[in-house]
Amino acid sequence: MFDPDGAPRPAYADYSSWYGEQKNDLLRRKAKDADESFRRTGITFNVYGEDEAEERLIPFDMVPRIITAGEWRRLTKGIEQRVRALNAFLYDLYHRQEIIRAGRLPERLLRNNDAWLPNMVGFTPPGGIYTHIVGIDLVRTGPDEFFVLEDNARTPSGVSYMLENRETMMSMFPDLFSRIGVESVSNYPRRLARSLAACAPEGTKGKPNVTVLTPGIYNSAYFEHAFLADQMGATLVEASDLRVVDGKVQMRCTDGYAQVDVIYRRVDDDYLDPLTFNPDSVLGIPGIMDVYRAGNVTIANAPGTGVSDDKAIYSFMPEIVEFYTGEKPLLPNVQTWRCADDDSLAYVLDNLDELVVKEVHGSGGYGMLIGPTASKREIKKFRAKLEANPENYIAQPTLALSTCPIFTRKGLAPRHVDLRPFVLVSPDGIDITPGGLTRVALKDGSLVVNSSQGGGTKDTWVLKD
Amino acid sequence: MLGRTANGMFWMFRYLERAENTARLLEAGLRMALTRDTATAEEEWRSVIATSGQRAAYEASHDDYTGQQVWNFILRDRDNPASVREMFGAVRTNARMARTNISSEVWGAVNENWMALEDALRRPVGQNSVGDVVAMIRRAGTLVHGAVEGSMLRNEAYHFARAGTFIERAESTARILDMKYYLLLPTLGHVGSRIDSGQWEQVLRSVAGASAYTWLHAGRIEARGIVEFLVLDDRFPRSLAFCRSALRDQLAALARIHGSEGECNSLMREADMEIADITVDQIFDQGLHDFLLSFMHSNVAISTAIASDYRFHH
Repeated sequence: MFDPDGAPRPAYADYSSWYGEQKNDLLRRKAKDADESFRRTGITFNVYGEDEAEERLIPFDMVPRIITAGEWRRLTKGIEQRVRALNAFLYDLYHRQEIIRAGRLPERLLRNNDAWLPNMVGFTPPGGIYTHIVGIDLVRTGPDEFFVLEDNARTPSGVSYMLENRETMMSMFPDLFSRIGVESVSNYPRRLARSLAACAPEGTKGKPNVTVLTPGIYNSAYFEHAFLADQMGATLVEASDLRVVDGKVQMRCTDGYAQVDVIYRRVDDDYLDPLTFNPDSVLGIPGIMDVYRAGNVTIANAPGTGVSDDKAIYSFMPEIVEFYTGEKPLLPNVQTWRCADDDSLAYVLDNLDELVVKEVHGSGGYGMLIGPTASKREIKKFRAKLEANPENYIAQPTLALSTCPIFTRKGLAPRHVDLRPFVLVSPDGIDITPGGLTRVALKDGSLVVNSSQGGGTKDTWVLKD
Repeated sequence: MLGRTANGMFWMFRYLERAENTARLLEAGLRMALTRDTATAEEEWRSVIATSGQRAAYEASHDDYTGQQVWNFILRDRDNPASVREMFGAVRTNARMARTNISSEVWGAVNENWMALEDALRRPVGQNSVGDVVAMIRRAGTLVHGAVEGSMLRNEAYHFARAGTFIERAESTARILDMKYYLLLPTLGHVGSRIDSGQWEQVLRSVAGASAYTWLHAGRIEARGIVEFLVLDDRFPRSLAFCRSALRDQLAALARIHGSEGECNSLMREADMEIADITVDQIFDQGLHDFLLSFMHSNVAISTAIASDYRFHH
């Protein structure tokens, strides 16, 4: 928010002058109100194994993260390029695998990848789209220096926070929004509905029937599933509502079965079709993969898309972008050592106390080592795991991440943040809502922003020109 | 609309009604216990537990009937699956399940009241706060119904909600009356003989009808008048006749939306015939208990038919 010399950065100039006029105890009260309002709306996530605190709030910080129109324009160009490349890459992986033939990506990365789905080989999803909804996690290290930390092409979550955080901010500080022009995010559900409808199978008659498939009310993200379905005007279904009849996916309605054209699924591949993925499972919709492969239903995101979320594949993204777009990547990766390579492994082992080491298939901030804050014992334990199975890990430097202030009892204090914009892909094009989910590490000095690890969220503003 | 979600709407409102009726029953019992001696008060609490259908569960964990024990059991006991706390939890769970079919105002009313109630029931409820808790439960029902009236589309979801409300309410009124019918027996042959007016005031209170009854019957507490009021008076929103008529409207609306009638509509017609044009004298001739049993039986049959007509399960 501030330059090294203490002056507010241009993006924050107007906010900063507004903030200067506010009384501290009023803001403290507002912060409490915000929590109360989230609880009333029911924006909670479920935590398993804790009787008393079954539903928890993700902490919300009321200082917005602000991005200027110019910064956003440059960012979106980079994101678009990356998402185009991701789709081309997934198509290629499940077809001729030119990138492997060209020697630009080692084949073993597919063999070791749990998300790789042989059933998808040779099949093209409706409209040729694999990643209908993508969340690209970005970090910033300086003015106009954004790096991609992670690609979430499987089932990115958190968009309901982008929407509800904004609603909360607008109701808490209406005067702020009348003073500062902020791009609206509230039409995201409509954009999502439109984008998904545009991906309906070719033979769809009339307006496509779009559904949101949830594992059910005990899933930690159920609030978001219900919220999105509600805002999109789509039916929220569970697998038990669906079955395959006459080669089509049908949902059980009060007046009989109705055909489903598009399924925005918020369940993992493994729980889609017990016939294909997990014969022991009673979950899922038996036969849905046959309907899918016959081109009679759209599944978003496409099964097998998770292959590109793998962190070992991530380390090849600069090559991947260049291979499919013929352009230099506009958004750089964070420098990444693949521990599968002997030289890299040696370097990583020598510098464990300075690096962040992650499992290639991991997510949610679990199973990682943050060298600079880890104890000697933690490092020693991690070293053993790493040496036993180096292919399972990558390492990255701890970046000099930029910070964003949060509101604390003692006033503003800097904390590390990341940013996840949400990208919609359809045959009509790539659509990026101006805003996103800003996650913030609430503990002083912490670099981990995941909600499961004590992170919070903020409203994200893209300023109008 | 999904069958599973229709089921969620239907049960959300059955549980809401049940929570509210339980609270009313408790409220009437509280008042009664205050005005009687200890022995009668104990009898009262026994009757409150029996009427709410929680006797077996209660006696499994309690040796005697005291007010404090009874209301805590009914309101908040984790081992009591029919406690108000569990029921309101079920309201919320069903509301979550049917979230895309209720307005955000209805969801807000459910969730806020659930939070307040959870908070109020976190610790055992003492004598000085039990009245407040009961009032809070009644208010919760009022707020949710108000949000429904003011913000929901008159579509299938609405009609399933209303159908659930009236099925549950009819069952509750019939059960309360049935639990007390024996009190009328000595007076049946003797028009004008004295009945325990305190007991009957309590019955009227537990269906929120004490003051309405007083207005309509000039305060005369007598068996015929009370039965007529609770069973046949279609001006009173908790009478069996009113609930049946309201349920009939909901099922007719559902049939209109679907363009065809189901089994529930024909069961509804049969049930209507049972009480159409019946008089209080005929009810007493048939036997009030038998009449109520047969009423409750058709109520269950209609509920089951709704579930199968509209594919609640499979």
